[in-house]
Amino acid sequence: MRQEHEIICAGFGGQGVLSMGSIIAYSGMIEGKEVSWMPSYGPEMRGGTANCIVIVADDRISSPIITKFDSAIVLNQPSLDKFEKAVKPGGLLLYEQSTIIHPPTREDIDVVCVPAIEEADKLKAKQVANMIMVGAFLEKRPIVKIETIVSALKKALPEHRHHLIPVNELALKRGKELVHLNEKITA
Amino acid sequence: MSIERPSTLDFPPDAEGMEMVYCRPDTLTDTPFHYCPGCGHSVVHRVLMEVVEELGLQEKTIGVAPVGCSVFAYHYMNIDMQEAAHGRASAVATGIKRVLPDRYVFSYQGDGDLAAIGTAETIHTVNRGENILMVFINNGIYGMTGGQMAPTSLPGQVTTTSPYGRDVKMVGHPIRIADLLIQLPGAYYVTRQAVHNPNAVRKLKKAFEKSFQYQKEGKGTCFVEVVSNCPSGWRMTPVESIKYLEDTMFPAYPLGDLKVPEKV
Amino acid sequence: MEEKKNKTSEAKLMKGNEALAEAAIRADIDGYFGYPITPQSEVLEYLEREIPKRHGLVLQAESEIASINMIYGAAGAGARVMTSSSGPGISLMQEGLSYIASAQLPCLVVNVVRGGPGLGTIQPSQGDYFQAVKGGGHGDYHLIVLAPASVQEMADFVFEGFRLAEKYRNPAMILTDGALGQMMEKVIQPEEGSLPKIKTPWATTGKTKDRDHNIITSLFIKPEEMESVNLQLQEKYRKIEKDEVRFEEIKTEDADILLVAFGLSSRICQKTVDLGREKGIKIGLLRPITLYPYPYKRLNELADQVDFMMSVEMNAGQMVEDVKLAVEGKVPVHFTGRMGGMIPSPDDVLHEIESILDNQNVLQD
Repeated sequence: MRQEHEIICAGFGGQGVLSMGSIIAYSGMIEGKEVSWMPSYGPEMRGGTANCIVIVADDRISSPIITKFDSAIVLNQPSLDKFEKAVKPGGLLLYEQSTIIHPPTREDIDVVCVPAIEEADKLKAKQVANMIMVGAFLEKRPIVKIETIVSALKKALPEHRHHLIPVNELALKRGKELVHLNEKITA
Repeated sequence: MSIERPSTLDFPPDAEGMEMVYCRPDTLTDTPFHYCPGCGHSVVHRVLMEVVEELGLQEKTIGVAPVGCSVFAYHYMNIDMQEAAHGRASAVATGIKRVLPDRYVFSYQGDGDLAAIGTAETIHTVNRGENILMVFINNGIYGMTGGQMAPTSLPGQVTTTSPYGRDVKMVGHPIRIADLLIQLPGAYYVTRQAVHNPNAVRKLKKAFEKSFQYQKEGKGTCFVEVVSNCPSGWRMTPVESIKYLEDTMFPAYPLGDLKVPEKV
Repeated sequence: MEEKKNKTSEAKLMKGNEALAEAAIRADIDGYFGYPITPQSEVLEYLEREIPKRHGLVLQAESEIASINMIYGAAGAGARVMTSSSGPGISLMQEGLSYIASAQLPCLVVNVVRGGPGLGTIQPSQGDYFQAVKGGGHGDYHLIVLAPASVQEMADFVFEGFRLAEKYRNPAMILTDGALGQMMEKVIQPEEGSLPKIKTPWATTGKTKDRDHNIITSLFIKPEEMESVNLQLQEKYRKIEKDEVRFEEIKTEDADILLVAFGLSSRICQKTVDLGREKGIKIGLLRPITLYPYPYKRLNELADQVDFMMSVEMNAGQMVEDVKLAVEGKVPVHFTGRMGGMIPSPDDVLHEIESILDNQNVLQD
């Protein structure tokens, strides 16, 4: 059956929301899938928030602009308020712990809280919080392989940034682990 | 090699045994000029085309005609030419020169074209130091449309759109565009010439010759202003118009070089 | 040199604007003349970055007026040249485009449309449809207008645009929008150097002894002459209308309802087709790829099959007029769209269809 995964990545500008989406799209492409990445448009750009819609599919993608998502990865309260209701029933909602005051309330979706910023601080690399989110996301929805993300980073980052790849790799793994840690706590 | 010439305006056929001392250059077609009697355009066309022929550049020169009286310059100049939109001749010339950098390119514009609607293109072409020749005919009036006020019309000058004389409080003073252009580093050679007498014509020819030489050397923009007349637009006879040039126009637009290459 | 290495292309994830710019270099443009304006400044930026390392020429002009006139000059000199802009800048170019069409010069102009009128918004729109396909400037002329619907087509249509422009000595336009310009998709670039240059014996390259002087002009002062130039243009347009209509059909074979949409709207409608069919509503889609020439004939044929059509656009309803012309009153033609940078969603479009169906049922009851 045709596989298609529709994701919204949302947060404040500067949190790496757009690059989080583009690295997922890029990795999908490396794995031979069809991908689209659509940055925020229209009134959604207001208030310093940024988001992008990423679609990874087996074949031709129809609309790059959609209003219901299989997964939402959110990094701030306004984005959660906006996109919680946009997750399809049975879908996935990942949110960053420290940026959310009012946690999601829906019970028909899979909700995962990830302390990405706290963990990024522990890694002494604030800028990899987004990759922790990506690691957590891929653990729940393995639409592309973690290894592909790493090789995508190698291709996407300019040479003089390659020293950052190990810490990004670490962040991806940490995100993966955090999902299970969190599940244990909830249980 | 022999130059083949169309016959219509040639030396009289019964002139056997006489020596040819003056003839139409091959760089002009045999189309008769449509310009009014006494108008400076024909002389400027001829001088420009003489220079192109004498320098052997007919095959390498591309001209750009404006909108204005000289809109049909391409009918007379026997070289490859383009007709530009009003004010845009120097942008068109830029396009040509940039894709054919080894050709000689000139634009030919009047005052309304170059100093009103096309001011931005004029300034920026010179500012880029486009390696072209810009010929600017300044006669202080819109000739083709019937004698309206130009950006270069003089204070108090009566035209069809300034019937009580140019009111500088209302429409500002005449613009001396060449004086503005010399401020720009891209301007290599800026001169103001005329064609009202044989001496002036000879000087203009020298200015054109220099401009082609500088273009060959890739020096930047050469800007040759010709303060000229418009007997029809000025409602004068050709002779009166020459007097008006000398008495009224030249004091406002003094002839001579405004910017010359620095001696090394 | 680098360009040799890049000859065969691998898949890349690129923004629409960048894919278009890269394709321009691969199409061996001799010159790009442009002026920055959102949402297409990446085109100029990309070319300013890449062209000095590779080949061609890029020049940032002082205005869109200057750019289009540089295009006129360079195209008249036989060069393969292009420019790009967005709504306000394209408006400034209209005089130049009319001259270029009249002087019959080939060139490519890209309009990455933003919401208008006026200074408007930098968000995506299709509000420049009329301007692009019905003339835009003064006089009787047409641009050949291509509407890409993917990042791949943003690249491919640069080649196609030049091919058509040069075949007919006519300006071509890529009409796209800010969203397609900004979004990223997989793209396989056309092969570099695969678009041979045409011969241009009419160009102003310098008068040689063996020919008359070449003149590029749009001035034909005698009415008889002006009419004959017009007749020649019209003959060319009839040929373009006969031979160059391009469109794509999606699930039209058994469709009861036909959506008509171009560019980004057509992508949205593809999703609507799927959503509708999940609910048992047989929707099909016709996507015009060329907006001029327009697929009137095919739409007329489909009017014999479907119950109604709906034009979906990011404007107040412009192309819908051409759909109506095409169907000659055979079936109702509806319109739905958003304006000012807003984008209709696939669900919005389906909802519109459902409410039309509901109304029909009410009438039948």
